[in-house]
Amino acid sequence: MAKRSSIKIRSKRFADHTLVRTLIAHPMETGLNKDKDTGELIPEHYIQSLTFSHNGKLMSECHLGFGISKNPFFSFKLKSAQAGDTVVISWQDNLGYSDTLEHHIQ
Amino acid sequence: MKAHLKLTFLCLQLLIGTIWATPATDRQKIRAYYQQLFPQLTLADYADGVYAIDPIAKSSWLAIEEFPPYEIALEQGKTLFKQAFTNGKHYADCFPNQGIAIAQNYPYWDTATQSIITLASAINNCRRQNQMPPLSYGAGEITQIMAYMAYTSRGKRIQTDIPAQSSAALAAYEQGKAYFYKRRGQLNFSCASCHIDNAGKYIRSEMLSPALGHTTHWPAYRLNTGEMSTLHRRFEVCNELIRAKVDPAQSKALRQLEYFLSYMANGLPLNGPATRK
Repeated sequence: MAKRSSIKIRSKRFADHTLVRTLIAHPMETGLNKDKDTGELIPEHYIQSLTFSHNGKLMSECHLGFGISKNPFFSFKLKSAQAGDTVVISWQDNLGYSDTLEHHIQ
Repeated sequence: MKAHLKLTFLCLQLLIGTIWATPATDRQKIRAYYQQLFPQLTLADYADGVYAIDPIAKSSWLAIEEFPPYEIALEQGKTLFKQAFTNGKHYADCFPNQGIAIAQNYPYWDTATQSIITLASAINNCRRQNQMPPLSYGAGEITQIMAYMAYTSRGKRIQTDIPAQSSAALAAYEQGKAYFYKRRGQLNFSCASCHIDNAGKYIRSEMLSPALGHTTHWPAYRLNTGEMSTLHRRFEVCNELIRAKVDPAQSKALRQLEYFLSYMANGLPLNGPATRK
């Protein structure tokens, strides 16, 4: 079984725009939290960059810090999207992990 | 003299009332009370908890439900539920109908062990039968498994029976009811102080939810912690807030409380997992 993507994407078309929403499963550790059992600090682990592209064109590149919540949620508004267009969302974190997911607008 | 007679008659009525208070009449009374408090609501509306009566909170809740944050837990729960134990058996082997669409039958009175079996305790019983360490109640893996089991039971109507032939079941119900109405803690609150007497009123910035329907939507993704949480964890927090002794999750007292609340909510649709403030 293929490993499930950490990214979920949903889109909805409105009269004048398309709303693309994404939910990413990520711990977003700040580096300031302590492990309840050992008392040790949990090393920081957070998404540093999030990119959003539409039909291969980079629309947005977000630089995130550890102030963003665990399992973060983002939404993007596209002005000129058609059914069948592809959007790609990918992230990369400070430990070098990354994930990417392609989504077709309905 | 006449007044005297009236008073005696009233006392007699009250006495008969308390002796004859069966679970069914308790339920009728509570529902009639909420009916006059919130005449605009249908019975099924109570499954939405406080959002049924707070239109502003409801609009933001509906927006969240379009892409609900509990979906991650739900997926993990599905994976965990299908994973085999070390002896090769599955959770599905422990439950009727392979564990699908059965959450509405919990909690129930188990005549063999003479105790109330809740969904969470049934999951841990299943693990024990298969030589697996029990999960800790309240947070973590158990909430994910419960989320999946609740999801498959969505729309099913709560069916909590008190077996007529079992006096112990009735006693457990009565104890749950007593727990609900008993004042305790430094603040001297009972469950009923907030969720019966003051339901629909504000406690600082938050509206108090009606007790009817408290058991329909668990486990819930709590926006205040960003974690999945269980009904019993919520009971614990309530007791902390009124500065009372905290009965641990799945303790006898809290299971009896769940039994009472679930009986009150008989016939309401399950809609868990859910998002709550």
